[in-house]
Amino acid sequence: MKAPTLAQRLIAWSFVAPALAVIGLFFALPVAVGLGLSFTDFDLYALADWHNLRFAGFDNYVHVLTLPLFWQALHNTLLFVLAGVPLSIALSLGCAVLLQSPLARFKPFFRTALFAPVVTTLVAVAIIWRYLFHVKYGLINAGLGAVGIDPVDWLGDPHWAMPSIVVLAVWKNFGANMIIFIAALQAIPDDLYEAARLDGARRWAQFRYITLPMLGPTLLMVSVLTMAGYFQLFAEPYVMTQGGPLQSTVSVLYLMYEEGFRWWNLGQASAVAFVLFVLMAVSTQGLMRLGRRGEAAASA
Amino acid sequence: MNAAIHAAINAAMRVGTPPSATPPPRRRALQAGLAGLATLAAPALVGCTRKASGPLRFWAMGREGEVVGALLADFHRAHPAITVRVDALPWSAAHEKLLTAFAGDATPDLAQLGNSWMPEFGALGALAPLDAWVAATPALQPTDWFEGIWATNVVDHQLLGLPWYVDTRLLFYRRDLFARAGIDQPPATWGAWVAALDALQRSGIAHPMLLPLNEFEPLLALALQQGDPLLRDGGRWGNFRSAGFQRAAGFFLDRFNSGHAPALDSNKIANLWQEFGRGTFAAYISGPWNIGELDRRLGPARRADWATAPLPAPDGSPAGPGTSTAGGASLVVFKRSQRQADALTLLAWLAQPAIQRRFHAMTGNLPPRRSTWALPGPDGVPLAQEEKTRAFATQLERVRPAPAVPEWERIAQEMQQLAQRAVFKRQSPLAMATTLDARVDGFLEKRRWMLDKKARA
Repeated sequence: MKAPTLAQRLIAWSFVAPALAVIGLFFALPVAVGLGLSFTDFDLYALADWHNLRFAGFDNYVHVLTLPLFWQALHNTLLFVLAGVPLSIALSLGCAVLLQSPLARFKPFFRTALFAPVVTTLVAVAIIWRYLFHVKYGLINAGLGAVGIDPVDWLGDPHWAMPSIVVLAVWKNFGANMIIFIAALQAIPDDLYEAARLDGARRWAQFRYITLPMLGPTLLMVSVLTMAGYFQLFAEPYVMTQGGPLQSTVSVLYLMYEEGFRWWNLGQASAVAFVLFVLMAVSTQGLMRLGRRGEAAASA
Repeated sequence: MNAAIHAAINAAMRVGTPPSATPPPRRRALQAGLAGLATLAAPALVGCTRKASGPLRFWAMGREGEVVGALLADFHRAHPAITVRVDALPWSAAHEKLLTAFAGDATPDLAQLGNSWMPEFGALGALAPLDAWVAATPALQPTDWFEGIWATNVVDHQLLGLPWYVDTRLLFYRRDLFARAGIDQPPATWGAWVAALDALQRSGIAHPMLLPLNEFEPLLALALQQGDPLLRDGGRWGNFRSAGFQRAAGFFLDRFNSGHAPALDSNKIANLWQEFGRGTFAAYISGPWNIGELDRRLGPARRADWATAPLPAPDGSPAGPGTSTAGGASLVVFKRSQRQADALTLLAWLAQPAIQRRFHAMTGNLPPRRSTWALPGPDGVPLAQEEKTRAFATQLERVRPAPAVPEWERIAQEMQQLAQRAVFKRQSPLAMATTLDARVDGFLEKRRWMLDKKARA
């Protein structure tokens, strides 16, 4: 093939230029400014007068990494990711498989009902869940009481607040992944199952040796997306607990919000943001590599 | 991360999944956050330019923002040349919006500002000093305002605002339950307070007092009752290890350790007023808005059951009620406003006792001027005599401002969080104060650098 002429190159560039300009203006530039901010102590005093801005070097990063609250926030976030992601994926996959079953009835109804939380406003949902979790009048404690379990202060007890947030987040978000799984399940050819049945495979064996391997790439994608999303936990604790009790639901992103938009320490907030970015990049890359190795092992 | 998403989407395409799925909404939050940080400079590009003509721009928050428009109809009749446009902001967003407006050179002409934000906006140099104007306006006698409230508006010896309404914390109590426990007077000292709570416990109320752990005001009020300042060396360092703060924190923590107060925050109580009416707790440290709330929710029939009383004073202090917090909101004029004269006309008009009395009728907010408290209301009874507000009149004579440093809001928040931790972990007041001092010294690092720089120059 001939190398493109200058005119062709120019035309090509002019086609991508609008998109590049938008990406540059609204993504690359803000990220670069944010990175720059993270090396300064930009705060309220600097807002009043630029002469009060000090170059901080890596001070913000050192400060963030030595802040007890950051480690607690990281601990909370990891707890949320480690509990929430598997739970969310298991629930999505379980519902998708059940909805795909030939025995299931009213499929469109259930599909819509299970997807509804995803498109509902979190703030409205939070009000209802706060009632459900209520220590005295909540439905959950009433149910536990009926089987003789003492009431639990779900959102007020530092040990239970994060599990409660996990439950809410999983319920709120599993519908999206469920739809992806349903689509992927529909793409698995029926003859595979027929062949398996002829070989005497039972339901579990069919799921284990046909459904799961065929869903491999989808599972990987869903895990990566869900993990990236769950690392950015913010809205649920913001509307449910404001980070409390005893800061047991402060997530890394919540910490960033507080530093930046509540206390106006934008330098430190940017440092938190970049630490989180590195964390997410590393863990999603790790997951991708793990997934690829699994795929290679499966095909070998 | 982007590469990961692209690879994942490609993987989905391989299986033939239609890309119909809605992505989790949180995915872009980080990017949005980063973009948010960087758009700091953007308001400068889009901010409205200040105008010397057109309506006067007045930012008011919450309930005040909703009702002040009705009050202004009369102002427009008295001053037809000045039109006022009120922009109502929700309290939760007000602080951010004001700071962004300052950064983007889009501040209004005048605004309502929480008293505790005054040092912050003073440090920004955003507000016009009002000293000369007040001195030249005979209708505004500073001595008519409660001293503690007036003092919150003075930053670095400059008057930056005019108090609009006041807020302080005192004791709401169930008179009938106190009587049942054999107490016919609200406690005036800490000792009597503890004795009353013991008696209430014996009368069958498990946790007779509510000290919400998500508010810093109750502990702050107890700390302000002590002589020791909360910060030392001109606001350079925390002073929480002082004997005074430890006494206050010790009293506060003891209320939880002895079961007088439940370890709860007020969010955890589904309906605070109902529980108060039901007698789940018999005493509650709260502010003036609860007069209206209790009237509305418990109704006139129960009005005799509850009462208000000034905060008890520490044992051994001079007679009279204990000190409390000096909260509320003030009206400020922005330095960049080209309409400062008109804005001041509006400020003076809103500060008239008769107008403040009407404002009280509309909102339940308590007025900051003693002469307003002396004006007879619709029923002929002045606020200073009215049964429920009388205690506030007494309390307002004994309020003290929090330290006037821009970092105060954060310090107060940290104090509240560490107090909550100390309650749950049963820490000693000294352990709590030591951590608090260390954190506060960290918050004040920039302030110390600024003060030193100023001293060198």
